[in-house]
Order: sequence, then structure tokens, then C-alpha cells
Amino acid sequence: MTKVTLEVNGKSVSKEVPDHTLLSVFLRDNLNLTGTHVGCDTSQCGACVVHVNGKSIKSCSTLAADVEGSKVTTIEGLAKDGKLHPMQAAFKKTHGLQCGYCTPGMVMSAVDLLQTKKNPSDQEIREWLEGNICRCTGYQNIVAAVKEAATKM
Amino acid sequence: MASLVGSRVERKEDTRFLQGKGRYTADINIANQTYAVFVRSPHARAKIKSVDTSKALKSSGVVSVLTGKEIAEDKIGGLIAGWAIRSEDGSEMKVPGNPPLAKDVANFVGEPIAVVFAETLDEAKEGAEKVKVDYKVLKAVVDPADAMKSEAIHDGVDKNLCYDWLLGDRKAVDEAFSKADKIIKVDLINNRLVPNAMEPRACVVDYNTASEEITLYTTSQNPHLSRLVMSAFGNVAPENKLRVVAPDVGGGFGSKINVYNEEIVCSWASKKIERPIKWVAERTESFLTDTHGRDHITHAELAVTKDGKFLGFKNETIANLGAYARVFATVTPTYLFGPCATGVYVIPAAYSNVKAVYTNTAPVDAYRGAGRPEATYTIERLVEKAALELGMDKTEIRMKNFPTQFPFKQTLVHTVDSGDYVAGLEKAKQMADYAGFEARRKKSEANGKLRGIGVSSYFEACGIAPSAAVMSLGCGVGLWESAEVRFNPTGQISVFTGAHSHGQSHDTTFAQIAADELGVPMENIDVVHGDTDKGTFGMGTYGSRSLTVGGIAIVNACKKIIAKGKRVAAKMLEVNEDEIEFKDGEFVALKSNKKKTIGEVAFACYLPGQRDEMKSPIPEGDEPGLIESSFYDPPNFSFPAGSHICEVEIDPDTGNVKVEKYTAVDDFGRIVNPNIVEGQVHGGLAQGIGQALHENTQYDETGQLMTASYMDYTMPRADNFPDFNLGFTCTHATSNPLGVKGCGEAGAIASPPTVMNAVIDALGGQEISMPATAEKVWRACKAMKKSKAKAA
Repeated sequence: MTKVTLEVNGKSVSKEVPDHTLLSVFLRDNLNLTGTHVGCDTSQCGACVVHVNGKSIKSCSTLAADVEGSKVTTIEGLAKDGKLHPMQAAFKKTHGLQCGYCTPGMVMSAVDLLQTKKNPSDQEIREWLEGNICRCTGYQNIVAAVKEAATKM
Repeated sequence: MASLVGSRVERKEDTRFLQGKGRYTADINIANQTYAVFVRSPHARAKIKSVDTSKALKSSGVVSVLTGKEIAEDKIGGLIAGWAIRSEDGSEMKVPGNPPLAKDVANFVGEPIAVVFAETLDEAKEGAEKVKVDYKVLKAVVDPADAMKSEAIHDGVDKNLCYDWLLGDRKAVDEAFSKADKIIKVDLINNRLVPNAMEPRACVVDYNTASEEITLYTTSQNPHLSRLVMSAFGNVAPENKLRVVAPDVGGGFGSKINVYNEEIVCSWASKKIERPIKWVAERTESFLTDTHGRDHITHAELAVTKDGKFLGFKNETIANLGAYARVFATVTPTYLFGPCATGVYVIPAAYSNVKAVYTNTAPVDAYRGAGRPEATYTIERLVEKAALELGMDKTEIRMKNFPTQFPFKQTLVHTVDSGDYVAGLEKAKQMADYAGFEARRKKSEANGKLRGIGVSSYFEACGIAPSAAVMSLGCGVGLWESAEVRFNPTGQISVFTGAHSHGQSHDTTFAQIAADELGVPMENIDVVHGDTDKGTFGMGTYGSRSLTVGGIAIVNACKKIIAKGKRVAAKMLEVNEDEIEFKDGEFVALKSNKKKTIGEVAFACYLPGQRDEMKSPIPEGDEPGLIESSFYDPPNFSFPAGSHICEVEIDPDTGNVKVEKYTAVDDFGRIVNPNIVEGQVHGGLAQGIGQALHENTQYDETGQLMTASYMDYTMPRADNFPDFNLGFTCTHATSNPLGVKGCGEAGAIASPPTVMNAVIDALGGQEISMPATAEKVWRACKAMKKSKAKAA
């Protein structure tokens, strides 16, 4: 067992967990933050993307103990004071989601894109999101959402 | 009041999904739950000589281990095929038993043999490792082309043949073919796909020892149907003691129609071990055991005159059912396929022959489009080839054979109520700048690239479906849908539907429809679905049926609310009922212009009796309350149609195919929410283009699945697509009061032939199979170069 201490969505948390506990499992099972999803177990689909110290990572292939002491932001921590983050609002406006399963990871990944590059082209958005699989939308409205958010962020 | 139907309303469900507040099955935990891990066959075909659970039972944290022996002793039934299909010779189809846990023989890799329940997931996994199964490995039947010549894998299923089905008239077809100037022939493989909903299957079961009720939370497209099957065929519990909840479900695409082994086993076991149970599939388990889609081998022929008129059509198809026949498995390659195989054309004679075979692979069932993509691929490859061989323009040959009169009596089964196929193709040509293609081809050529254009026109029979029709074709149930509209005393409305949303946006579109019917803001309306304890029995969501069947049930229930409201309002306003008009949420007495809002009327319905000003307006013969329901059975299928045009550019040095332009013009009848309809088309196109260019399910010769993770199975990604160019022609359906036709499957139906026609056009007519991967295309480019050099 290992004691893992993190700052998750602005709150300090500390839990004793088995050494091999993945960050995705830590968030979902130990903190009940079930907005972070697991879709593939092999780091391909991106449903599990969260931010660690401001950068997007795949939490299904990260050990919780490996990010000890880090600041973690999950989809639950994105809206502030009851107001959707511009990326969340943009996904809603452009119908960038259907079943909602890939959405948390997609949104977290897209937020990191705009932190990295302010006004990405369509092609740059599509290439950045290559690590996030969506089976419902055909990606077009997700690209539109990122472009819409870029005008607000 | 402006109509909500037709407007781009933002989705109600997004606020929760976007904040991580969706509640999917794997998000549910129940105090004191155990974790289930299944022991699965590593062999495609093997005799199970013995199962030794003794070591597993002693493993740390293991609560129980159950096998096929115990489930058979408890007479828990197996999985079922929902449609009875007869062979051409009149004999009934052959369906083997499919026990929830295999006892004597395993028939595909991943088939569950035993299950371990433990205090933690890690302990359950460890326990499962310790279950010792002694197998006698048998030679597996893997290739459907060989299945009929191979040893029978199921007792009583000679030649591994489920049925040899025929629709149409062989003699008429022979006659038509004898008059043809030319016979166009194709040999096609419709590649096997894995639906791959992003949410892996899961179930959580809670058994209440006091009430003896089982609550099953599960990833289902049709919770009511699941309960019926588990109760009537599975013998898991009587329906009144079994509650099935499908909460938020992360995509289905057909794969979550079926009741699966794991749901039956965990429900049965929860009662047995008197503990809640949680099971969540890993992605590889999903690949191995979710129902797959397509997997046809087809030879088809089209008889044509020299000026491009179609005289006759026939196809001979082998459809792979996998190891067992599941709910829609037997109808998908027959009545969902054959009737659509003559496409949008007037073809005087046709037949469709399908031999469905069993193999030692995962069961194959409905996947987005279910039969209709296979049908459209067949006819649209033939038509495109006919244009090439006759030297005709590919749009001209289609126009020439479109029906111009509606209703259109299609060759084999359907009478299509409405449509305008010419307008659709004309619009697509214009939007795609079809006329400018040759210039773009030359430009690509100058850059060393090969450019191709492909067309396909499709129709589909969906809105599944009129009960009388489907039951006569072998369906085990009627395919109506239910709705209940509950007007609460204080004015909020709950709309219960038997349909289920797993991405389709019912919370929004159904609220739009009800808001228009009742004249109330849609914020006052909650759409409730997915729980057999809430609302009436319903058939669920598949076959683009939610709006065309479920939506109409909502309209009809709303109409009953208005009818009762009129009676009540008449009494409140002291006029005759026929002097009341309902408009924009108000009941108006025509002569006096006095009015009551629907909210006031609803409130009054809950207050029989009289006190001061307030007096009951409930007419004699009416009961208190304002709740109405409807069971709607459609009079016909609905028939979306359209024409798609695709342009691809191929790099002959790498074989890479780039989709440069994709234009889709669809006729879905009246559109309730354009955002949502466009989203459905985008998603369908991505799956169809995925089939054409990227996705393939590969078993090796021993029946091992080689593509069992996202590292091996190519899922389409964001950078595989351009922006799609969508257009609509909206001829309203005449078969339902909303005029709607359904839009969920069209993209996946139309796009595989459109893309392949473009690829084959770029390759100068050289045929290649789906998926047109870089390697295949590169080889084709090399062959092309060689033959050109030879000719020179």
C-alpha cells in the first residue's frame, strides 16, 4: 500500500491505496470522481484524459503514486462558480457530443490544446485530438467546438 | 408561439455530460458489492472436459465460483434468436442452444465458462486465474466461405447452415437476364466490424433479500426488452421481480440490443450469493464478446440494356452468424438486407438468396444500418460498374432508373410512401460541384496523385416497424412503442418513453415535440426513459425507430391530454366542448374569447370537489388526473433516402487514401432538430468511411481474434476526415403525423459504397475490397502502373 496525496480540483486529498493503483482508478473509485472514464485500458481512446499540473495526460496509464504531490484537474473541476468553462459551453453550443462517454477526455484534451496553441487550424485540431476516439460525432462538431472556444479563451 | 420542432435547440443532456455528471453503469457502486470476473475460453472450439474450481474457491477474497453446471441445474435459460426465418424449402431455421455459461463445449474465443466473485476486482482476477478448465481442442470453423463444407460445430445443424433463404422469383429473374444486353457482376466481401461503443459493456446487480427483487443496472439499448427476455427465456426472475435500469449508456450502435451472458449470470448469481455484483468489461472482452457486424460474402449480378435500363437483379450471399444466433442476427441478413438490395431503382425482377452459417467466431448481429449497408454496398457497386462498362455517366444511369411516382412499389417487399430521388441526386451534384470534377482530377494528376469520384444513392427501410408486418416475417414480438405523458398538478410534465437514448438526444427532441403539442416551455418537460420501474413497457432504440415510432406515441399521448383538457376547459368556461380551441397552450372559448391555460386545466384535473371560487370542472364520466398513454404501432416502415458523392485522392507512392470531399444529401422527412440530425449523419458517415478505409475484424485460421484492442483494430480518428458537406431534401413521410423518417443509420448505409466507388474510380476501375488500406491501394497502384507500361 502507498499513501497518495494530491490536490484534486483545488482540494487536498490523501488516500492509502495499493501500489499499482492507476490514477483513473484513484479518481473514480477512491474519490468518486466518475466523470473520468475508461474506454480502452491501452491508452488509445483518451476518455480518461485529465490535467496533471496543467498538462493533459491519460490517467488510465498513469500510476496514482507517480503523480504524488501534483495538482490534478478533472472534468468535474472545470466549471467555476456554476458557470461552464468556455470549452464546455462551446461543446454544448456546437453539439459536440452525443452519448457523452468520450466527452470528458475530449474536453480536457481540447482545453490543453488551446493552452498550448491559441488559434489552431482545423488540421491542427484534428491532429491534436488524434488520441481521443469518439464513435458518435464523426468529430466535425468537436472541431467546431474547439474553434468556437478559441474565440472565448 | 414559435414551433420548437425544426429549431436548433441546444441539448438538455449536455449540461450533465459536460461536467462529468453522467451516470453510466460503471459509475454505480452498491454497498457490500462483489466484483465479477469471467473465465473465458481461450480456444475457438473445444470440448470442456472438466472445470476445477477448488483452488479458486480457496483464493483470497473469493466469495463464490459458478460454472455452467450450476446454471444448468438452476434451469437458467440461454440467449435467444428473436426472429424465426424459414429456408427456401420451407424448413425452419436451425438454432443451437446458447447457455449463459458454456458447460460442454466452447464455440468462440471469449465464450464464458465460469465466473468468480470476490471482495475486490484484483482478488476476482486472481481467483479467475486459478479456475482450471481441461479442454479438448477441436478444429475450428472460422472462414464462412468454408463453413458449409466443414464439420458441423453444433449438434443438429447440418453443414453449419442456419437457413438457406430466398426472397423473390428465380424464374422471373432468369427471364429478365435472358433479355439483357449485358450482365454486370461483382464479388464482394462486406468486412466484419466491431461496433465499439466507447462505453464498454457493464452490469451492476442488486438483489433485495426482503422483496426478492433483482435490480439490474446495465448497458442496454432496450431495458424493457432485456427484462422480457431474461424473464421469459432466461428464467432469471418473474418480470415483476426484475427491474432493469439502463442509465446513461455510452453508445450502442446495435451491440447493446442483445441480452448478454454476463447480465444473465450476474443477475442469477446475485440472488444465489445474496450479494450485489459489479462487472465491467475490459476493452478486449468487448472485442471478443460484443456482437459484431456485417461479414457477408456476396456474388451479385445486374442485368442491363445497352442504354442503361435495369432489367433484373440477383444476389447469392453467405452471411456469417458467428457461433450463435442472437436477437437480430437472423433477420439482419434477410429481411433487413434483401428487400433493400434492389436499391432506389425500378428493377422489374429480382431475388435475394442468403445462406447464413455458423462459425467459431463471436456472434454477429445488428450493427448501425444492419443489413441495409450490405444491401446498398451490393447494388451501388453494381450500378457504378454498370456505368463504367456501358460508358455512361454515373449519375445519369441512376437518374434513368429512379422511380418518379410515389408511393413506389419496390421490387421485393416495400411500398415506399414518399421521396424525390431525382431532386436528391441533383442537389448532391450541385453541392459537390460534380461538373468540375475532371478539372480537379487533372490537377491531382499534375501533382502525381490519383483522384476519383464516387456516387451512391440509397434508401432504407427503418422506423422498425409495423407489428403485423414484422411478425409475419418471423419477429417474435411486435415492434410498437409506448409513451406516457404525466401532467403533474403544478404544471411540470414527465414524458415516459419506451425508447432509450444512448446518444440520440431524446431528452431534447422528445421534449421539443411534447412542448409543441402541449404549448408549454420545453424546460417544463422531463423525458424519462431507461428504467422498467418508470413508465410503460417499450421496445427500445434501434433501427432508426425512436422518433418515427416512439415520437409518434408521444404525439398521440399528448393529443389525448388535449382531448381531455378540452372537455375540462369547456366545463370551466361553461361552453360546449366543440366551442373550445386549443392553441399555444391555451384552451379558448371561441365565442367569448375567454381562456384557460393548460396549466390551469391540469391543476383543475387534480382537484375534484368544490370550495368557494374553486370548483371541480371534471365532466361526468371523466376521472381525476391528467395522465395519458399511447401504444403506437406504425402502419408502415419509414424510408429515408438520399445521394452521396465522395472524392478521394490517392498517393500512389504510399497508397494513402485521403477523403477530399464528402457530400451527403439526405431525405429524412421533417427534421425535428437540425443540430441533432446533422450530428447523426456525421457519426454515421464516420462509421461508414471507417468501414471503407480503416476498420476490419481479423481472426486467424485457429479462430483467435487478431484485432482485439485499439492497438490492432483501426478506429477512425479526427484526422481521418474532412468536414462533411450536408444537404437535405425533406419530403414528409405520409405514414405518420410528424412526417418524420429517421436518420440514425443513413450515414453508415450510404458511405461505404460512395467511398469505395471513388477509390475504384481513382484506380481506373480496378476493384479492391474493404477496407481500402494503404497497403492494398499501394499494391493496386503498382499493378495499374505495370499494366499501363505494358499497354504503352
